[in-house]
Amino acid sequence: MLSLLWVIPALPLLGFLVLILAGSRPSHRWMALVGVGLVGLSALLTLLVAFSFLVSPPAGGAYTQTLWTWMDVGGFVVQVAFRLDALALIMVLVVTFVGFLIHLYSAEFMRTDEGFHRFFAYMNLFVGSMLILVLADNLLVLYLGWEGVGLCSYLLIGFWYKDEANGRAARKAFVVTRVGDAALAVGLALLFVHLGTLQIQDVMKQAAAQWPVGSGLAVAAAALLLGGALGKSAQLPLQTWLPDAMAGPTPVSALIHAATMVAAGVYLIARTHMLFTLAPAVMSAIAVIGAVTLLIAGFSAVTQRDIKRVLAYSTISQIGYMFLALGVGAWSAAIFHFMTHAFFKSLLFLAAGTVIISLNQEHDMFEMGGLRKELPTTFWTFLIGAASLAGLPLVTAGFYSKDLILWNTWSSTASSPWLWVAGVAGVLLTGIYAFRMVFLAFYGDPKPSTKALLPLPKLGVLLRLPLIVLAVLSVVGGFVELPRNLGNLPLFSNLLQPVLPATAETRGAGAEWLLQAIAAALALGGVYIAYWLYLRRAGITIRWGRSTVGALLYRLWFSGWGFDWLYDRVFVRPFVWLARRGKDDVVDLLYLGLAWLAQALHRLLSRTQTGRVRAYAAGILVGAVIIIALVVLP
Amino acid sequence: MATVPVEHGLILAGVLFTLGLIGVLVRRNILFILLSIEIMLNAAGLAFVVAGAHWVQPDGQVMFMFILAMAAAEVSVGLALLLQVVRHFRTLDADAVDEMRG
Repeated sequence: MLSLLWVIPALPLLGFLVLILAGSRPSHRWMALVGVGLVGLSALLTLLVAFSFLVSPPAGGAYTQTLWTWMDVGGFVVQVAFRLDALALIMVLVVTFVGFLIHLYSAEFMRTDEGFHRFFAYMNLFVGSMLILVLADNLLVLYLGWEGVGLCSYLLIGFWYKDEANGRAARKAFVVTRVGDAALAVGLALLFVHLGTLQIQDVMKQAAAQWPVGSGLAVAAAALLLGGALGKSAQLPLQTWLPDAMAGPTPVSALIHAATMVAAGVYLIARTHMLFTLAPAVMSAIAVIGAVTLLIAGFSAVTQRDIKRVLAYSTISQIGYMFLALGVGAWSAAIFHFMTHAFFKSLLFLAAGTVIISLNQEHDMFEMGGLRKELPTTFWTFLIGAASLAGLPLVTAGFYSKDLILWNTWSSTASSPWLWVAGVAGVLLTGIYAFRMVFLAFYGDPKPSTKALLPLPKLGVLLRLPLIVLAVLSVVGGFVELPRNLGNLPLFSNLLQPVLPATAETRGAGAEWLLQAIAAALALGGVYIAYWLYLRRAGITIRWGRSTVGALLYRLWFSGWGFDWLYDRVFVRPFVWLARRGKDDVVDLLYLGLAWLAQALHRLLSRTQTGRVRAYAAGILVGAVIIIALVVLP
Repeated sequence: MATVPVEHGLILAGVLFTLGLIGVLVRRNILFILLSIEIMLNAAGLAFVVAGAHWVQPDGQVMFMFILAMAAAEVSVGLALLLQVVRHFRTLDADAVDEMRG
């Protein structure tokens, strides 16, 4: 069964080829069947492969399938090979299953869109690229998937290209992630020059053998890989592209910005964790970046009006938790949070999508309200998603994954209590912004703009089914890893044990109850604050926003701490200024002259084009005479 | 059997070719331009045949076959174009049809 591994990424890629070649001619039904069906097949196949992987684990805990040699130039050999181990298995399961549900949802969500075939072609290419990324056995093949994912995000964010703002958002995402990708490419070159291979397992083994802990090369390599991860995962300082990336259709936001693409950075670090353990300085940097990112994104999320932008900032914030976990060496905790986050965040996006289409493309939460009765399925699933995001204790998946991260942040040898404080402060913020969405959109009284649309059309089964499945997963997805004091069922980290080593712990286990209680209390406190601010005393936040300090804070947080402004001043404007200044310098004169010459010659020669056949014949005669004369005469 | 000297044949071909060329350059009627082109083609064919006879090789006649086939194709295309020109412009004057200038 494992030998069918290559088919898993091949199916979505086949779907991409079929859809892009068939164009818009076939019926929507047929296109949806191909686009959704092939990803569904891929998900089914993943189940079979996972079953046989778990029932009869391959030797060494990993199965490698070499397909062909990509290139072999002067000792630089790249095999196109897939490697399935526990880490890759979890990633593939999440990508194909969540991807399939999002595809299913899109089949109805995008039903009336004129770019239907384009949409499914890009989505399939996206899933295929992501699968190549997570299955790659070679860093260069991983980079292929990495760039494919970047390309698809560009295509899908700018999907509605007729609106110029969407195109700008797509370009921004592409350029900002490119900064990280460049760092990653340099990092790969560095690894190859010093270790002579890009085979991930060999790189890890040789790096551990050749480089002592904290050596300059190890730090440089780890820092460059981290640069790539920061770009893709939208972490400080490259986080600015993600909120704007909400310009794409909502299923795209769910697929790219919740479930898969932004997880690529987390995956890269987990995959090459050996390199990072050799560079403790970089590890600390990851933890600090994660902690700072989760806080600043949390503050920004609290102030947004657009429901999708809240979700975007919350994605940045939750990925910040994953980076925090990676930074303290809690590898499996990061992957666990990735999995639960994929469930509840895509659920939240898809549910928000149903609200947006029901309300005629309304994104502003302050224009929603009272939707609890109008959209019951959306309400209940959104509530479950928000509860999971906020980490409401015991019943949600988000609680268990976040608890594992917080516990490891407290107990790990590589951590400090300050990181833990940042983490629990983030829990409070998460509770506030998650339930701010719930209270603003679903409670209260319907706004006049909503009333005009009543009764809202009933959602189709293709929209509701993914929501329900994801809601179930957002609850039960956490029960695969129960903390030591609550059931002690470490199924998930046991599965990952062969790939990702356990976290080294120092601080006592006795505090676990207390820490959990604090986190749970803060999560519930966040919910209560949201209730108090937006339901009980609705309007109080607007009054606060009128005071000087309030207005200042609001503007700062609303604009994402002014990073866009800063980058505009520091990078964009000087660059544009330089380009403008450089436009008419001496070097350009040469090219201007060339252009002028070409135009003059063109005008001259176009005179000879008289349109008269006899003149042409005479021209041929003269030419023939000259050529013959040249040949015959000595 | 008295053979025609090769020079005579070639001179005849040359004269024919020149006549055809002059016809192409000076006539304005498209039909006559096409006729002149036919004369030029046949002049070239004659030169091939004469040369083939001189060296006692079949190649000259093979080439003439080619020219015949080519001329047939050319004249059918040419006449079709001519019909279109007449339909569109109501004239056979080649100089009047100069819309492709510039």
